[in-house]
Amino acid sequence: MKLLMALTGSLFVLFVLMHMYGNLKVFAGQEAFDSYAHHLRTLGEPILPYSGFLWIFRIVLVLSVIGHAYSAFYLWSKAHNARSTRYAVRAAGAAAWRTQTMRWGGVALIAFLTWHLMHFTTNKINVNSAVSDATIGDSPYQLVVASFQVWWITVFYLAALVAVGLHLQHGVWSAVQTLGWAGTPGARRISQLLGNAVALVVSIGFALPPLFIMFGFVK
Amino acid sequence: MKINLKIWRQAGPNATGKLVTYRLDDVSPDMSFLEMLDVLNEQLIAKGEEPVEFDSDCREGICGMCGLVINGEPHGPRVTTTCQLHMRSFKDCDTITIEPLRADPFPVLRDLVVDRSPLDRIIAAGGFISVSTGAAPEAHATPVPKKNADRAFDTAACIGCGACVAACPNAAAMLFIGAKVTHLGELPQGQPERAARIVKMLNQHDAEGFGGCTNVGACADACPKSIPFDVISQLNKDLRTSLVRGL
Amino acid sequence: MVDVIDGLYREGTPIKDTKAPGGPIDKRWETRKFEAKLVNPANRRKLSVIVVGTGLAGGAACATLGEAGYNVKAFCYQDSPRRAHSIAAQGGINAAKNYKEDGDSVFRLFYDTVKGGDYRARESNVYRLAEVSASIIDQCVAQGVPFAREYSGLLDNRSFGGVQVSRTFYARGQTGQQLLIGAYQALQRQVAAGTVQMNSRHEMLELIVVDGRARGIVTRDMVTGEIETHLADAVVLATGGYANLFFLSTNAMGCNATATWRAHRKGAYFGNPCFTQIHPTCIPVSGDHQSKLTLMSESLRNDGRIWVPKDPADREKDPRTIPEQDRDYYLERIYPSFGNLVPRDIASRAAKYQCDAGKGVGPGGRGVYLDFADAIARFGRKTVEERYGNLFDMYQQITGDNPYETPMRIYPAVHYTMGGLWVDYDLQSTIPGLFVAGEANFSDHGANRLGASALMQGLADGYFVLPNTIRDYLAAGPFPEVPDSAPAVVEAREAVQQRIDHFLSTKGTRSVDSFHRELGQILWEYCGMERTEAGLTKAVEQIRALRADYWKNVRVLGGNEQVNQSLEKAGRVADFMELAELMCIDALHRRESCGGHFRAESQTEDGEALRDDEAFAYAAAWEFSGPDAPPVLHKEELVYEFVEMKQRSYK
Repeated sequence: MKLLMALTGSLFVLFVLMHMYGNLKVFAGQEAFDSYAHHLRTLGEPILPYSGFLWIFRIVLVLSVIGHAYSAFYLWSKAHNARSTRYAVRAAGAAAWRTQTMRWGGVALIAFLTWHLMHFTTNKINVNSAVSDATIGDSPYQLVVASFQVWWITVFYLAALVAVGLHLQHGVWSAVQTLGWAGTPGARRISQLLGNAVALVVSIGFALPPLFIMFGFVK
Repeated sequence: MKINLKIWRQAGPNATGKLVTYRLDDVSPDMSFLEMLDVLNEQLIAKGEEPVEFDSDCREGICGMCGLVINGEPHGPRVTTTCQLHMRSFKDCDTITIEPLRADPFPVLRDLVVDRSPLDRIIAAGGFISVSTGAAPEAHATPVPKKNADRAFDTAACIGCGACVAACPNAAAMLFIGAKVTHLGELPQGQPERAARIVKMLNQHDAEGFGGCTNVGACADACPKSIPFDVISQLNKDLRTSLVRGL
Repeated sequence: MVDVIDGLYREGTPIKDTKAPGGPIDKRWETRKFEAKLVNPANRRKLSVIVVGTGLAGGAACATLGEAGYNVKAFCYQDSPRRAHSIAAQGGINAAKNYKEDGDSVFRLFYDTVKGGDYRARESNVYRLAEVSASIIDQCVAQGVPFAREYSGLLDNRSFGGVQVSRTFYARGQTGQQLLIGAYQALQRQVAAGTVQMNSRHEMLELIVVDGRARGIVTRDMVTGEIETHLADAVVLATGGYANLFFLSTNAMGCNATATWRAHRKGAYFGNPCFTQIHPTCIPVSGDHQSKLTLMSESLRNDGRIWVPKDPADREKDPRTIPEQDRDYYLERIYPSFGNLVPRDIASRAAKYQCDAGKGVGPGGRGVYLDFADAIARFGRKTVEERYGNLFDMYQQITGDNPYETPMRIYPAVHYTMGGLWVDYDLQSTIPGLFVAGEANFSDHGANRLGASALMQGLADGYFVLPNTIRDYLAAGPFPEVPDSAPAVVEAREAVQQRIDHFLSTKGTRSVDSFHRELGQILWEYCGMERTEAGLTKAVEQIRALRADYWKNVRVLGGNEQVNQSLEKAGRVADFMELAELMCIDALHRRESCGGHFRAESQTEDGEALRDDEAFAYAAAWEFSGPDAPPVLHKEELVYEFVEMKQRSYK
């Protein structure tokens, strides 16, 4: 169960890094960004049909989400059954904080993900009344820029990024530990550093486009 | 020192328990935590009240019999066993809450006394090297590199007190198992049974109803013998090997 | 009937060990193993053995008997067999491996042990102990015990307790723990195999003797209070020593003599009860709340220097401000050749004399300094930390003082009891079918035990001796089945029930602990490091009075059908009271000084222990003759064929 968690988690880390790479293309301008988005759909052609790769990718990711969440809830319920009487006093230690961020943070991330997909992938919701739907048209770039010109959307996404960062910080190192690569004090220190590094890189990497858009550096 | 105590009192395994408040007026900072409870018990007996039952035996930090959760921390605020905790770690007029080690596989027997026999059953499942008396080769037949011998010792220092389980938000006993598989796995004598040992011990662990590890690390923080957290990764690595071998 | 001697005891017929074969000492064990009857492997599972206690001796015996295929029922009072007090031994375990090529041999280990025991142990037993010592190390290494190793990967040894060869194997300062975990794991393996049925949180409260044979025990389930009968073909007691009768000792809180004392009352003779060992380097008492004492490994004396202020007026001063010329390094002064490394009994007594002279330091004036300032200056703090770091940390944890900066304070404490149930070469007591192993028997250490020998004896008995000798007895079994309605069973159960009912219904005014503490004070005062005729006489009177009061005035609250530690202790203290009296009588009758038993009347002009080999070269085996009747002394003459008896000298 933990292995499932670690493996699916690792997939997300790879995905998130790739996703971040794509997002950063915002800085390369509309053309680069849009063609990247388009490229994702033509990847693997002609062996795969249009969007074929993306669909396989999506299915894998959806299954991973299910697997990840399933193992999380499994461990959660197992933990609950293993201690049905709770402590009257709980030490306010780092441990409790880590557990809570993983659990509630994970739940929050699922909620965020739902919105995020509706926002940019399925429904392509336009939240910026100052920009007409026509302007956005079929350009993901325009949608992104229009969205993050709205301050509360940016703040909302930034909050989500904090959750992502915290989740990754523990998650990355935890996956390394579960996969058995942190078996010495040195390796443990390195993998904890790795966790921190990935968390920082990802949250900063993702935060840059919305921030630049909000403050008008990218239009 | 004056100390206020809130102690978990529970008449028996199936009884409902509750925290009861007591007050002690003459606590010396040189007392051990358990001696402070001895003093409380003497006062309770004098008043005709039943004393607080708690486990302790060697009172020098090695047998692993004692183990109280003090203000939410197994063995209290220091990295040591409850019996080696002294009242100088507390302040005058402190309120101290004392609870049993909590985990469903460790049912409360009375007050602060719990049943930790699942840990014995985990060892029985595979935490040993199968060598019958008299079957041993000459001790110097197999040299053990000092590095491995030292790590084996560090992890063999586990006293089986159960603090790791009590501290773990998931009530997992992974540090306990990790310590044992690392101890035996570091030694050449432990190799033949290495892959099978871990699977058997983990199966027993799950059958006893412990939770699963989510790499929180509270266990290692609470361990009075400072068993390092990396033994759990060692365990995971060995488990991977076992799974690959189809055990 | 013979006369009562000194108003305290009678003398009975001499007793003899009939099991040890004669002939060359190095062939005796082999001969005995060959002559002992064998049990067909197919018959072994029909034979059942009860083992009480799961420390080194009991745990090892359970594992080995289980592996052999006997049906073993094991009992311990702790919540797990891994907690037995063997776990607390720090220093190491001796074995005649001669890995250092420094002249060690089985014979030398034998010789040192007999000499160290001040010529009050049986030669055959001690030789066998030395002989099997090497196999113990092999066995433990194979089990995965992480002994200290050198960079070559080979096992490291150190010299211990003033011995001139390096024969001590160790696992940092936790050798006992590692050896016990090894035995415990072997035991758990047998539990899983179904050959051993483990009963933890069970306390043996009575022995069942049927037709003159030990056939079972009565226990109390310490969780439910249920009184249970367990029957078998033989009973092994491996329940440790009785040092806890001093209340303050280095023993665990639960260590007790109930199993051995109950067996004694049923006919097992008690050997040399007055031989107790007082360890010189323990952390002193800090106040009235003290519940036990903590030992600091003897190895500290290798580099630490012991001193007291010359002027009693300085005893309250900060030791660092006392100049060199005002300090008395009394061990170095009195024993120039051994200095701080004199044997345990001598170091302990010297500390007592300094404190009696008003020079003791710390709370209550019962402590002497153990100073590492010179060692730190000479080797550097780092080296000292490597050698003793864990001990220094432990000291600081307990006292709050930092021994790197200020001298430690130490004082002697009761640590080990050489006496125990009398056994023959087969470790069988005077009750057929009742075997006694480890510290619980009296056999190997004479009047004083050498450092790192307790672990050796426990494991020797458990792994190698008992499993070989018990088969000679079991070969005649299975013995006729004993029904639960047998008079001996009913009587034993009723006795247990009556005692429990008595404690619960007395509703007196004093707690069990307060009686125990008082008993300990009497013994420490009169039957501790120095014993006198007058003091011991007084002690016997005081103990009797205390015992009478105990039965009338003890307060045990709660009921039987629950975890009730006061009730558990009540039974133990009742037995301690009776044993304490016998201990004082034994000390009184032995009008010589030997090993841990120092009679002030018997000393040399320089104040050293003076043995009386003419009158006392025997082991005293005491027979119980009723709770208020004088015990009967049976003497086992000790003959030294291979080691010449000499007076010890450490000057």
